[in-house]
Amino acid sequence: MHMADALLSPAVAGAMYVASGTAAGVSIAKMRKEEEQHKLPIMAVTAALVFAGQMINYTIPGTGSSGHLCGGMLLSALLGPYAGFLSMIVILAIQCLFFADGGLMALGANCWNMAFYGCFVGYFLIWRPMMKNKWFSKMGTKAAQRIKIIIASVIGCVVTLQLGAFSVVLETSLSGITELPFGAFCALMQPIHLAIGLVEGLITAAVLVFVYEARPELLREVDTSEGRGVRAKGSVKTVVIVLAVVTALVGGALSLLASSNPDGLEWALFGNKEAGYSENMGLDEEEFGIDSKVAEGAGAVQEKTSFLPDYAFANNDTAAGTTVSGIVGSLMVAGVAALVCFLGGFFKKRKRASKESGTD
Amino acid sequence: MNKAEKSLYEIREMDDLAAGDSPVHRLWPLSKFFVTIAYIITVMSFHKYDLNGLFVYVLYPVVMFQLSGVPVRTFFRKMRIVLPLVIAVGVFNPVFDRDILLYVGKVGVSGGVVSMVTLILKGVFALMASFILVATTPIDDLCAALRMIRVPAVIVSLLLLTYRYIGVLTEEVAIMTNAYHLRAPGQKGIHISAWGSFLGQLLLRSMDRANELYASMQLRGFQGNFYYREGKKARFADILFLVLMIAVFVFLRFFPLAAWIGKLVVR
Repeated sequence: MHMADALLSPAVAGAMYVASGTAAGVSIAKMRKEEEQHKLPIMAVTAALVFAGQMINYTIPGTGSSGHLCGGMLLSALLGPYAGFLSMIVILAIQCLFFADGGLMALGANCWNMAFYGCFVGYFLIWRPMMKNKWFSKMGTKAAQRIKIIIASVIGCVVTLQLGAFSVVLETSLSGITELPFGAFCALMQPIHLAIGLVEGLITAAVLVFVYEARPELLREVDTSEGRGVRAKGSVKTVVIVLAVVTALVGGALSLLASSNPDGLEWALFGNKEAGYSENMGLDEEEFGIDSKVAEGAGAVQEKTSFLPDYAFANNDTAAGTTVSGIVGSLMVAGVAALVCFLGGFFKKRKRASKESGTD
Repeated sequence: MNKAEKSLYEIREMDDLAAGDSPVHRLWPLSKFFVTIAYIITVMSFHKYDLNGLFVYVLYPVVMFQLSGVPVRTFFRKMRIVLPLVIAVGVFNPVFDRDILLYVGKVGVSGGVVSMVTLILKGVFALMASFILVATTPIDDLCAALRMIRVPAVIVSLLLLTYRYIGVLTEEVAIMTNAYHLRAPGQKGIHISAWGSFLGQLLLRSMDRANELYASMQLRGFQGNFYYREGKKARFADILFLVLMIAVFVFLRFFPLAAWIGKLVVR
């Protein structure tokens, strides 16, 4: 879900920097107030752990694929939302700088999409309420805690990933980068991240339950009143099996339904015309190439676009910088670039040759 | 080599590159940082059809790659992570935007194709610029530069410490993964029965390690702040580089150089 610089306009990237920066400022202030500065080494090691943990492939039972860990929920459960958020920022910065995963200007947006939702929404709206409530208390504290941890992790990961994916769509669309209509883009992104969120949630739950068994005091807001070492019912495995059955049933029912309905993507493209996707996209019709009145249905669109080539602004220099003379000029720039490469290689070789002859 | 080993190798590779010596390496980190930001912002700001205006910007990374001696191959290997999303977003443009924008000879090129190419180029250029920054600047210098522009000390210290510990923990994950796979041949990943304990064990050990680390830091007088040695001083050349490059970027943003050069030849 890491966004590249290319997917954002400077205005949107700047706005996201301001948003994430504010959240970071609040986090730093909170940490200072609660005198949690001493946590720095623990934050660093946990952040490094989450980074390293994402290199582990977890086999998803029954499928050939594998999943990964969700950092935001794990960090906020271990460190709390403020320290967790700062740790996530650092992980994202390192991923962007050293692994080219993301972008320098997109960092603000990435922090928001992945760290803000995971840490703040995940902690305050899901983790803490879940741990505080009295559900399942009939089963004994231990079993209740385990089930609550699993539920909070799964719901937390699914919700935060959905919010994150939606933000990616929103930010890209606001930047006017893609021609993909807003609805269709959502229809592409949300279901994929629903599946990812489920798997990530289960993996995160497995890790957190293990931590709870061994050292419950490491987890935030968790009731540690009952002694450790007591094995309880309600393992991750049973939850996985139950979820797998539910998913298979729901998936089967949905696919039956879908086969009788038009394709979901198509529906998203052309079905919600009332919402005015061209407006959602911030595009005017001329740029978009499809007259929304004519685009009542898929067939009409095809008809329209197939004779649209007549409608060209081939000689419009102002609207677009791409003209024939521009292309010729670009080719010449490419030539210069190639020349620079050639010269660089030439001088390097000569330098190496002179160095070798010098040492002999 | 498993995934963790690969990423260890990548970190090491970047460290080695940054430790090199070239005119680009010797530049003041802060001016490199600002030039990179200015480059990325101008590249991002191009209109989706303005392929020619954007293309001129290829010259900056190309020249920097050559001056610094950083291998381009390393960069292209890194692009595999983030480029797929850019391409996935861009690949629909030709489908939705079919207005013919210009004719090259008799072949019409649609707006969607132009905007797709522009989008991908933007992605590559922006990545190139930040890659050059990191490949020619050691992390300590980069963090010192961040401190100079008043990025909060907590974040900078956390960045340095995390970077230090990523190497340690990733190596541990690499060893654990290898050990697991040697005992469980033919398995692609971690089996569900070990989902929790695999990382959980490492987590518990790391927590102990972190507490020991904190204790040892405190014994050496850590008060919540790192102290940095006096960073590199800016030379005249560094300031000149900064001002000149930003001026060039702004100039090229508004002056269609490619079209101008082309006109010299075409008509």
